[in-house]
Amino acid sequence: MRYKDYYATLGLKRGASADEIKAAYRRLARKYHPDVSKEKDAEEKFKEMAEAYETLKDPEKRAAYDQLGSYAPGQEFRPSPDWSRHYSRGHDGQAEGGFEDFDLSSLFAGLAGGRGRAGAHRAERPSAGSDYEAVVRLSFEQAFHGAEIDLELSVLEWDAEGGMRRVPHRVKTRIPRGVTDGEKLRVPGKGGKGTRGGPDGDLYLNIEVAEHPLYRVSGMDLYVDLPLAPWEAILGTSVTLPTPGGPVRLKVPPGTRAGQQFRLAGRGLARGGGTAGHMYALVRIEVPTVVDDRQGALYRQLAESSNFNPRAHLDPEVTR
Amino acid sequence: MIAPVADAVCLDAIAEVSWTELVAAAGLPEDELRELVRYGALVPRDPEAPTWTFEARWLVVAKAASRIRRDFELDPYGVSVVLSYLERIERLEAEIRALHARLG
Repeated sequence: MRYKDYYATLGLKRGASADEIKAAYRRLARKYHPDVSKEKDAEEKFKEMAEAYETLKDPEKRAAYDQLGSYAPGQEFRPSPDWSRHYSRGHDGQAEGGFEDFDLSSLFAGLAGGRGRAGAHRAERPSAGSDYEAVVRLSFEQAFHGAEIDLELSVLEWDAEGGMRRVPHRVKTRIPRGVTDGEKLRVPGKGGKGTRGGPDGDLYLNIEVAEHPLYRVSGMDLYVDLPLAPWEAILGTSVTLPTPGGPVRLKVPPGTRAGQQFRLAGRGLARGGGTAGHMYALVRIEVPTVVDDRQGALYRQLAESSNFNPRAHLDPEVTR
Repeated sequence: MIAPVADAVCLDAIAEVSWTELVAAAGLPEDELRELVRYGALVPRDPEAPTWTFEARWLVVAKAASRIRRDFELDPYGVSVVLSYLERIERLEAEIRALHARLG
């Protein structure tokens, strides 16, 4: 099996006190725990440091580990017969050195509190497979309609020499329609294989939905900008709006203001069971940037004939 | 042989899991999960019901609770506090996504 320097993994010297070991683990756990860390390779680093802590925090396991001696990280080694006679419990045949398919942590599994947390190949009872987690990036159309996707994951597994390696894991899955950005899905039984009759783990998918050039997604609802010319907002009009389910005709009433929202019921994302979001058209008043002489004259005439003051509330007389 | 297609299931408010399924998936002792319910870290559909059921989304929370308990060596109360902060972060991230959608 390959040697791992548990002290170096936790950034410690041999002879570190129990308190130092605990503090080092807690410091690194805050940094690399998958639930809170954004660090690159956090998952892999956390598994390594967790294995190191599992051994060093227990006095008996630590003593056994220290008595193995010191090797270069990754160096092939074999526990001495004396070590095996003294420390190896519940593993048959170790006196003859049958350690080829053991990982380092499993050497200490029979000591003190029982099993180590990771990687043993000679499980003594059924063990459930690991759950896997993956990020799935979908286009807006895939999220809206649902999609069958082929996932090619790279998952961490213990190899026969006791090291951690990435192996491919391929899953074909059907994503239901109407999934949203940030949502989590579960694919039962598509995680790691269980051992000795234990159940397979599950695969959890974290959904990310790509931006759409037109629609903005908020939960199950969609937002789309509705640009109107000033005369359309003032006089009212009828417009055609695109929706993922096809174009719809929208009546804009007279006196529509910028920022106003029109709700198109049931035109958002939809999923099985009848749950559907809505689409909201957000009014923006767009003005022509270039007008000819006649149009300019008409605008001046309109300005002179109107008492409308959009900044009345900012008048110093009012705010005093 | 063509591999069959597995259905991904939404962990939303509609899908439901039983107490037994939650206990099996979380990997925590049942009494510790009951403590998490008592602290409000896991919320059954009907706390007064003789047998609890949960919205499927609590499956993810229960699994996170198990990891946090094991990896940070916290007692169930400490786990419930951490879960409340994680939930708040998720809500804030969802609000930010929603605001981006509305403001363009």
